[in-house]
Amino acid sequence: MLEIKDLKASINDKSIIKGLSLQIKAGEVHAIMGPNGSGKSTLANVLSGKSGYQVTGSLIFNGENLNSMSIEDRAQKGIFLAFQYPLEIPGVNTNNFLKTSLNTVRKARGEKEIGTLDFLKLVKKKSLELGIDEKFLSRQLNVGFSGGEKKKNEILQMKLLEPKLSILDETDSGLDIDALRIVADGVNSSKSKSNCFLIITHYQRLLDYIKPDFIHVLSNGKIIKTGSSDLGIELEKTGYANLK
Amino acid sequence: MKKENIDINQDYKYGFTTDVENIRAPKGLNEETIKFISNIKKEPTWMLEWRLKAFNRLKSLKEPNWQKPKYPKIDYQDLYYYSAPKSTEGKPKSLDEVDPKLIETYKKLGIPLNEQKRLSGVAVDAVFDSVSVATTFKGELEKKGIIFCPISEAIQKYPDLVKKYIGTVIPLSDHYFATLNSAVFTDGSFVYIPPNVRCPMELSTYFRINASETGQFERTLIIADKGSYVSYLEGCTAPMRDENQLHAANVELIALDDAEIKYSTVQNWYPGDKNGIGGIYNFVTKRGACRGKNSKISWTQVETGSAITWKYPSCILQGDNSVGEFYSIAITNNHQKADTGTKMIHLGKNTKSKIISKGISAGYADNTYRGLVDINSKATNSRNYTQCDSLLMGNKCGAHTVPYIKNKNSTSTVEHEATTSKINEEQLYYCNQRGLNQEEAVSLIVNGFCKEVLQQLPMEFAVEAQKLVSISLEGSVG
Repeated sequence: MLEIKDLKASINDKSIIKGLSLQIKAGEVHAIMGPNGSGKSTLANVLSGKSGYQVTGSLIFNGENLNSMSIEDRAQKGIFLAFQYPLEIPGVNTNNFLKTSLNTVRKARGEKEIGTLDFLKLVKKKSLELGIDEKFLSRQLNVGFSGGEKKKNEILQMKLLEPKLSILDETDSGLDIDALRIVADGVNSSKSKSNCFLIITHYQRLLDYIKPDFIHVLSNGKIIKTGSSDLGIELEKTGYANLK
Repeated sequence: MKKENIDINQDYKYGFTTDVENIRAPKGLNEETIKFISNIKKEPTWMLEWRLKAFNRLKSLKEPNWQKPKYPKIDYQDLYYYSAPKSTEGKPKSLDEVDPKLIETYKKLGIPLNEQKRLSGVAVDAVFDSVSVATTFKGELEKKGIIFCPISEAIQKYPDLVKKYIGTVIPLSDHYFATLNSAVFTDGSFVYIPPNVRCPMELSTYFRINASETGQFERTLIIADKGSYVSYLEGCTAPMRDENQLHAANVELIALDDAEIKYSTVQNWYPGDKNGIGGIYNFVTKRGACRGKNSKISWTQVETGSAITWKYPSCILQGDNSVGEFYSIAITNNHQKADTGTKMIHLGKNTKSKIISKGISAGYADNTYRGLVDINSKATNSRNYTQCDSLLMGNKCGAHTVPYIKNKNSTSTVEHEATTSKINEEQLYYCNQRGLNQEEAVSLIVNGFCKEVLQQLPMEFAVEAQKLVSISLEGSVG
């Protein structure tokens, strides 16, 4: 589903990702672990198409070349990024934002736009499934949300948009156990044969709940080790330093 | 990565010209012109005398120049002060008699005047250059004792009311442009709401500039008698031309005891092209007097058009417990300039005022909020709250906030908050990642920024205003 070949990315001539290759097949969950500054968030940004990076190498998503595709086109084709720091947008109602976003994506998929009533029903159902209090949906987007609420909101959006590739950028950081479980349930309940996940995290903690098929260790812009879900447990004991 | 520069092809939808034969006063600002206007409007002598008094006063006044947006000297002798379609001569009695070309013009502007098609719940006075061409729902309103008509008609039909109130909020000698208006004003609306009547529909005036080399001098007077309520809205557009045209209006509002006036403006005069050529000079004096106790005047303005917008819709809070409000969105793009804000003059006890101003600058534009909160020594327990937020798009535009605060009463409080922010790249990225394109993202963020003000607009116009906010900024983010 996603094929990254010899990806190099730099920002202001500072090279961050230095030749990364990775293949994610439909139905798979991959985790990326690694120390601070290893390029994890850059990878997420580059996959989503964020501007400001000089990128070489090939990024193929469902047979299409991503390199020259805009952020919104990638999003419409099914790439979703759960932000590490979701943005606050004052004056914009959360429900309206989610509906606008969903309809943009639905339109791109050739589906009919969803009306307000149906949308409210859908969002209620999805929040219930996730065990999220739907009250925050009537508030301004992420404004005054706690860290946990912001992350839950990201997962709710993921559930609504039903992306093909979901990238979770340290979604687990700063979460208590209950919120962590909501995030994990969100991923586990969305998993299917036709989508895939890339989970960026510092800690094994989240991976106790989401069993990844592969764990990759990213260090200094390169994948230095790939293993099964046991690798995370091992890392928790030994740290990254021993891998270098 | 995508970094395409969207061509700034800001389509001004209302830039067309209506081809009609006009009657004009000869060019120039002089007594003859004033007599011409007064005569063609069949005014009583007192009105002409009042105009001439203003004209005399004008001779000793100088154009102010303390404002931030500077402009080339206006040659007042090279302007037409009166221009009206020939077909309006002798004033058509009913809509059937109005030149179809004019009806068509308003239809194109989204203001159907025909009986069957007109907006329900909104009465419209349609002003074309120097003359009102039609006013809808007059009869229905008359049944409630409400007067809604062109001011030129009110001067003939209700001289006592006009005489009693005109120039009492904006005195003849107020300042250069106000005095100029008093000398040469042509048309605008007159509203009188009798005691204890709640006006059952929105009243609105649509101002259209059509003729070239012509100034438009609108005069509007709204009186809400004791215990009454009215919501009034004005809209305006003009053709695209490479000359700058002057629109200098005077608007006076008077609210008596327990009365409330809600006055909304959606200003969309031609803003000039992307290089700053052409556009309207919108130099307007708007002032409301809360004369009675417990009265309220609320101004809401959405200023998106004009080459230069220069206006301070103000409230004089004379009556005890009276309330003044000012909600403003001023959007400047390309080379547009705005210097706008309000004055809240607290004279009565327990008077309250609230100012919410949202300034948005893009391109090479410059946007200034200028405001005065003046609490008199007798205005005990008065309160003001001011919030001024500026949003910058790009790095070639400017935003300025110039608040003046005078508090002469120790029991009164004034609060002022101001923020300036740039449109946040990360916010745009977040929206893009959720599938929204650049324009949709900007529109969403800006509309969120303006929400507090947009909410104040009458429902019928809020959606239009929201669209206008988005259109005005089209192409401003590359």
